[in-house]
Amino acid sequence: MTGDRIGALPQESLEDLYDHAPCGYLSTSLDGRIVRVNATLLSWLGHSREEVVGGRRFADLLTVGGRIYHETHFAPLLRMQGEVGGVALELVASDGRRLPVLATSVLKHDEEGRPALIRTTLFDARDRRAYEQELLRARQQADGERDRYQRLATTLQRSLLPPALPRVPGVETAAYYHAASVDEVGGDFYDLFPLTRDRWGLFLGDVCGKGAGAATIASVARYTLRAAAVQDSDPRAVLRTLNTVLGQEDGHRFCTVLFGLLTPTADGCTVALAGGGHPPALLLRADGTAEPQDLVGGQLVGLLSDACFTARTVTLGPGDTLLFYTDGITEARVAADRSRYGDEALLEFAAALAPRGAADTVTAVRELLTGFGPGVDDDTAVLALGVPPVSRS
Amino acid sequence: MVVLAHGFGCDQNLWRLVVPVLAEHFRVVLFDHVGAGRSDLAAWDERRYSSLDGYAEDVVEVCRDLDVGPVVLVGHSVSAMIGVLAVVAEPDLFSGLVLLTPSPRYVDDGDYRGGFSAADIDELLESLDSNYLGWSAALAPVIMGNPDRPELGEELENSFCRTDPKIARVFARATFLSDNRADLESVSVPSLVVQCAHDAIAPPEVGAFVHDRIRGSELVTLDATGHCPQLSAPAETAAAIIPFAARVGG
Repeated sequence: MTGDRIGALPQESLEDLYDHAPCGYLSTSLDGRIVRVNATLLSWLGHSREEVVGGRRFADLLTVGGRIYHETHFAPLLRMQGEVGGVALELVASDGRRLPVLATSVLKHDEEGRPALIRTTLFDARDRRAYEQELLRARQQADGERDRYQRLATTLQRSLLPPALPRVPGVETAAYYHAASVDEVGGDFYDLFPLTRDRWGLFLGDVCGKGAGAATIASVARYTLRAAAVQDSDPRAVLRTLNTVLGQEDGHRFCTVLFGLLTPTADGCTVALAGGGHPPALLLRADGTAEPQDLVGGQLVGLLSDACFTARTVTLGPGDTLLFYTDGITEARVAADRSRYGDEALLEFAAALAPRGAADTVTAVRELLTGFGPGVDDDTAVLALGVPPVSRS
Repeated sequence: MVVLAHGFGCDQNLWRLVVPVLAEHFRVVLFDHVGAGRSDLAAWDERRYSSLDGYAEDVVEVCRDLDVGPVVLVGHSVSAMIGVLAVVAEPDLFSGLVLLTPSPRYVDDGDYRGGFSAADIDELLESLDSNYLGWSAALAPVIMGNPDRPELGEELENSFCRTDPKIARVFARATFLSDNRADLESVSVPSLVVQCAHDAIAPPEVGAFVHDRIRGSELVTLDATGHCPQLSAPAETAAAIIPFAARVGG
């Protein structure tokens, strides 16, 4: 009774299993010539057995690109390892159609252990290949978008900085912008520009935050400072104008800025500075000392409607250099415990440099930043003004 | 001394069957091109390795650092042309050049038959991309460095022929789109061309072309199939190299 319910097990013939297996079977001699092939593979290819067995090589069934891959990767690996698995290839059918397959081959050895025959199975991989191609396309698209975004960020960043610094008689100038990431535009900015025949405006600042929002505020700060400097010869009044403008911006963005008016003198220059919450400029003196030019009490620009800014005038003589920077350098993580570089270390670095010209100072800072590597996680802007030493001759 | 330079696709392991035979007669030096095998991937630079000149400079540097006087350079496949560039640049470093299954130009050009069209090469680049997924999954642990599991670095399946797809793409372009036909006439060291009777990548006509253009070169055609006779016919390959290298002073 039970036997009736289950029924007799169906018979399986090895010959039929080989010929009509749900995959392609192929045996080739060591030089690649096909010696046996199953009906499944012949039906995929649309070839008769006579067209394939005896004359053709396995590589002849592949696309030309696949043939190169076969010769340069598949066949050498098979010889070295005795087997190769899961390699993606494309067969070309008699009507020119392409059939993506996954190929696996093993070397069969004769009784004396010498390679005698190659056995290959081919699995239909159309669905899998279509899916992989979707993944690849998505990846290529993501790579493309990333490149596009990086170019955009770079262009935007460049638009926040002067392409070159103007020449100031008797004063050496240099600047450097260190981008911490190619993916993200930073909010650091600087500029140096002529106001009158004998006066130049300059500033260096840092918008709180990163990205497009910070870049927009840096752009607003830059054109506001340039316009305000034309109207007003009091550096503190220039910062008050910027404070008012930023207060009108949506999003409560604020920044730190050092603004200055540079006037060349007979033996150097004076810089009338106003500060709004920014790290002090460092004066590298001709005598080999360095000191911060404190502007304590200056408040962040754009945060409070009645913010207060402080002012001082710095006089540069022969051999003196004034260095402006943003805190990307002092905030850099430089030790195994991820501690920050700090104001003290930068002051010591500056003292070790002094006396040093503007260009050499900026080069030294650039090398310092490069040496920090990935420890610099915020952008850093550097601007230096120097009076060349009097020549001994 | 004999220096063996591997071609596009795999790494120095491809020489494993001929090395024992050659080593009976010569000191044998093996290396991986930057980007292949166990080379330092950090040293790879897209611009430098976009043309065969970058690889040729490396070969010159290796041979100069050996500091043993002139060596015999054996270049397989694209390394035959890398070898041509190296011996033309610094002939004093080399006593002989063996070009194993060489092709100075894979793409057809007018009357010249390289065997491939530009579209074929695009298809190859697609093949490399299709075999992309297997690469990242299997090799990433080794690339990342995995001191806890040294066995990963030992005999990783297919590892000899697995390359970062980005690097493989650049090497493939440098290999299959270069044209070194004009460089052949500048080779001034004794040269031996070894080709296979049946090679889908570098057919015999191409080997004959190379032999014809390198003044005084010798030609040996092996009764072998495929592009890698050092694997399919190692004894014959070694038998072709040994007398030549011994004569020119390997």
